[in-house]
Amino acid sequence: MPALHAFANPARFLKIARPLTPVLFWAGVVLAAFGAFAGLTLTPPDYLQKESVRILYIHVPAAWLGMAGWSGIALSSLVYLVWRHPLAAIAARACAPAGAVFAAICLITGSIWGRPTWGTWWEWDGRLTSMLLLFFVYLAYIALARADADRGGDGRVPALFGVAGSVLLPVIRYSVVWWNTLHQGQSIGLTGSKIDGSMLWPLGFTGIGFTLFFAGVVLMRMRALLAQQKVEARMKRMAAR
Amino acid sequence: MMVKPKHQRLVLALLGVAAVVGAGLLALSALQDQAAFFYAPADVKGQELPLGRAVRLGGMVAGGSIQRAADGVTVHFTVTDGKATVPVSFRGVTPDLFKEGSGVVAEGKFNPDGSFTADNLLAKHDERYMPPQMAGKMYKTDSLKQ
Repeated sequence: MPALHAFANPARFLKIARPLTPVLFWAGVVLAAFGAFAGLTLTPPDYLQKESVRILYIHVPAAWLGMAGWSGIALSSLVYLVWRHPLAAIAARACAPAGAVFAAICLITGSIWGRPTWGTWWEWDGRLTSMLLLFFVYLAYIALARADADRGGDGRVPALFGVAGSVLLPVIRYSVVWWNTLHQGQSIGLTGSKIDGSMLWPLGFTGIGFTLFFAGVVLMRMRALLAQQKVEARMKRMAAR
Repeated sequence: MMVKPKHQRLVLALLGVAAVVGAGLLALSALQDQAAFFYAPADVKGQELPLGRAVRLGGMVAGGSIQRAADGVTVHFTVTDGKATVPVSFRGVTPDLFKEGSGVVAEGKFNPDGSFTADNLLAKHDERYMPPQMAGKMYKTDSLKQ
């Protein structure tokens, strides 16, 4: 994979990431803000849930990014374990805080949504429980990666944890198929959407918007981690002198 | 033949992923019934009722089955999954989305005669979202599949 190797060079990565970060970040903010505005004002209410359905424009992208964040951790960890590119370990660590925050947003908005529609803030059904587990796994990963870095570890242990944690992703995805759940089945699949077009389109804006925002935050975090490594390396050199 | 360490690690990592996924799937298939959030009427039909403990019963509220008692707070209705039905009684405030032809999860206990006494009702909706003016056309042809 010569193409990937080229990007694994931190200097070359920084050269691309530096101008790309604000573009992704601000494009994401603008798209998500427009999507949220449209979802609040320009779409019809649901026939059954009335106005409370509008929370889906935040809830669905948050759920997607909560899971996409862990996919990023798992893939980067796998690349790190096999090819030992330091940048892959940094990418995995950088995905974790943003993914955890979006998983939390998904849980919180879901709880607020569940109260008026289902009549409960929380139930231990398959979908809700597996998503809560993913949130806790994020916290564990963040703690583990930090402890490993603090003790000068090579990042192999958090990488193994990142790969193993991906077992939760199909569980969350198929929880509503495998088990009776209070959460409804999936609305949007490869074959189409069960959300009427007149209500669906702002979700495209918030979905893409939050995703670009997420990518911008991950790039920021990666640059911060690289800078931190540089500082630590320089301090070590100075101390050795 | 020499195997590059890189390729050896790739094979090991992929085997590890396969093992973790396999273990997860095995554990989940063993969980299958225990992890269900509720019993459907067909699950308890012709089987021993889970008496004496709190369980949940889920399904659709059968059309025309809701009867409100004279005291104003007790409601009787039938839960169906298309294969079996269970009569349910509930005393309390019903959720806004509780209506005939809509999904419901009742928390409570089975009675020895096969009926169900609920002490809490949760509304379950399906994965379709549409504006009110379309609902008249589509929602009437509701199926029991959720």
